[in-house]
Amino acid sequence: MSDTVLYALEAALNGLTVGIMYSLVALGFVLIFKASGIFNFAQGVMALFAALTLVGFQTGQVPFSHLINAAFGTSIHNFGWTMPTLLAIPATIAVMVGFAWLVERIVLKHLVNQAPIILFMATIGLAYFLEGLGDIMWGAEVKPLNVGLPQGMSRWVDETTFNLFGYGFFVDVLSLWALAIAAVLVTALVIFSQYTKQGRALRAVADDHQAALSVGISLRFIWVLTWSIAGLVALVAGIMWGSKSGVQFSLSLIALKALPVLILGGFTSIPGAIVGGLLIGVGEKLFDFFMQPVIGGATENWFAYMLALAFLLFRPQGLFGEKIIERV
Amino acid sequence: MLYREAGDFKTSYASDNQTFPIRFDRYAYWVVLLLAVCVVPFFLNDYWTKSIIVPFLIYVIAALGLNILIGYCGQLSLGTGAFMAVGAYATFKLTMMAPGLNVFVVFILAGLVTSAVGVLFGLPSLKIKGFYLAVATLAAQFFLIWLFTRQGWFFNYSPTGMITMPVRTMLGFAVTGPSASAAAIYLTCLFFVIVMAWLARNLTRGTTGRSWMAIRDMDIAAEIIGVNPLIAKLTAFAVSSFFVGVAGALLFGVQLGAAEAGEAFGINKSFLVLFMVIIGGLGSIMGSFLGAAFLVVLPVILKVLLVDSLGWPSDLARHLEVMIIGALIVLVLILEPHGMAALWRTIKDKLRLWPFPH
Repeated sequence: MSDTVLYALEAALNGLTVGIMYSLVALGFVLIFKASGIFNFAQGVMALFAALTLVGFQTGQVPFSHLINAAFGTSIHNFGWTMPTLLAIPATIAVMVGFAWLVERIVLKHLVNQAPIILFMATIGLAYFLEGLGDIMWGAEVKPLNVGLPQGMSRWVDETTFNLFGYGFFVDVLSLWALAIAAVLVTALVIFSQYTKQGRALRAVADDHQAALSVGISLRFIWVLTWSIAGLVALVAGIMWGSKSGVQFSLSLIALKALPVLILGGFTSIPGAIVGGLLIGVGEKLFDFFMQPVIGGATENWFAYMLALAFLLFRPQGLFGEKIIERV
Repeated sequence: MLYREAGDFKTSYASDNQTFPIRFDRYAYWVVLLLAVCVVPFFLNDYWTKSIIVPFLIYVIAALGLNILIGYCGQLSLGTGAFMAVGAYATFKLTMMAPGLNVFVVFILAGLVTSAVGVLFGLPSLKIKGFYLAVATLAAQFFLIWLFTRQGWFFNYSPTGMITMPVRTMLGFAVTGPSASAAAIYLTCLFFVIVMAWLARNLTRGTTGRSWMAIRDMDIAAEIIGVNPLIAKLTAFAVSSFFVGVAGALLFGVQLGAAEAGEAFGINKSFLVLFMVIIGGLGSIMGSFLGAAFLVVLPVILKVLLVDSLGWPSDLARHLEVMIIGALIVLVLILEPHGMAALWRTIKDKLRLWPFPH
């Protein structure tokens, strides 16, 4: 096989692993959109916030230490202990559930029956708030995140591809783990929504709010539940992305990439989110690989959006979405 | 006491439909205008002009533009930053290609160029709406910024990737470049604000504006009563982009003097202008002024309050600002969806009866 094809294959493989990250964020979007019809712009910042909180718990940081130090002239930073990862993760999940509860109490409850566009703008506000809160609570510097996932080049992929093609591919082990974890997460979500009582209620609400209300499903509980699950998915995405390149602000920009992913996959489809993420991940890497000599690098910045734009013009419901019949 | 409409009789349709129906408002408007043009320029210092007044005036234009699109026509756009960049880069290219061209003409031409780009990216709005359209405008945001930072032609292959505005004069006074006086740049921006606000007010209350509002309120019904959605949506995109483009041109040419697309016109700028429109009031000219004033002044107040007087680190103040803005957006949407303009209206209604409520 020629070198170009091999390099392209390697680029595609790496794109696949980036795509998993997009899928994880997009998954959170889809969950909330299905259950409440809200397009949650804050999903990416939730991932950032979850990762920050996890690191904060692990290293025993004092929350709001910068603020307290500035206000009272003290200089506290750490509690002086560290928390094992196994304890820090449930603690972070508890924080995300608390956050979901607060969002429902303070924001969503008051915006019921508003136009989707108003809700969308409210989540943009929420994203800003959460971003500022995360930075004030835990500090804005880039933090390394280590939850014990293996890192570095995958020997196995390297050797297998070397034996096959005579050229070893460089793939991060972490990406393979991300792939596996994403698969487990999706399976768990599917089992939850298909076979448990709450999962069934969730699908009922997604189908028809009013009908679900009339058979006695508590809408407000379901909303807290979905936002909690979205928080959990955000945590997983945050852990993956954070272990790869440190917990930093750019994490929340990934959220924006999830928008084209959703348009590609369809707003209402969980498999769509996964496939869309993979397609965009591979697509942008391959596009960059082939087009770099022609139009210059860094096309990853816009390729996903332009692809989504093209999709919008020809297939607005996405690959797997339900057909929207609406005159514009 | 002063704020009364008793005795202020309207005898024609025109006088009934004027912008300021109450006599006191009318006088106040002329007094403010007179003060702004004839008195303020003599009392400007560099700090106030560069950090508060000129940004305020420029963002008023941008907010007016976005308000036309979102508030009047109901089409969400997240690409404001990129359209401002189009205005800025068009200004740069035009001044480089045609050095003799009057700088005001350049600013207006830059607006027209942005208008054309805006219509191009507005085309998807004929098929999609809501946050689908938001994604389409995000495509504009990232694609255009990439174009301006990666394709050398746009910044004349300057090694830093920055564009710089040369000195240009108007009526013998330098209005751009480092030698421009505070009064000159203030009056330049003020001129554009007055013209643009007048334009926006008259467009939105005429046929065009009414067809935009019809599309916003219910597109199908609008089509049935004879509004052409194609024309209404594309004119909204064109006019809105024109405003935003002029704002971008002024931001680059008059305020910054040198800019780099990714830094000066990134996605954060889009959100900033969007927030001005939301906090100020969707679908209100006054709201654009209030929103721009609020979000230009808020960071300055926070900085003076927290950093200068309490001695907090400046990054902490910035994070607090982000948090406050986010919370405000949510609060405004919950409590007063029509923003500060609606509060202003409530105050005026109360004032009309004050101090004798019966």
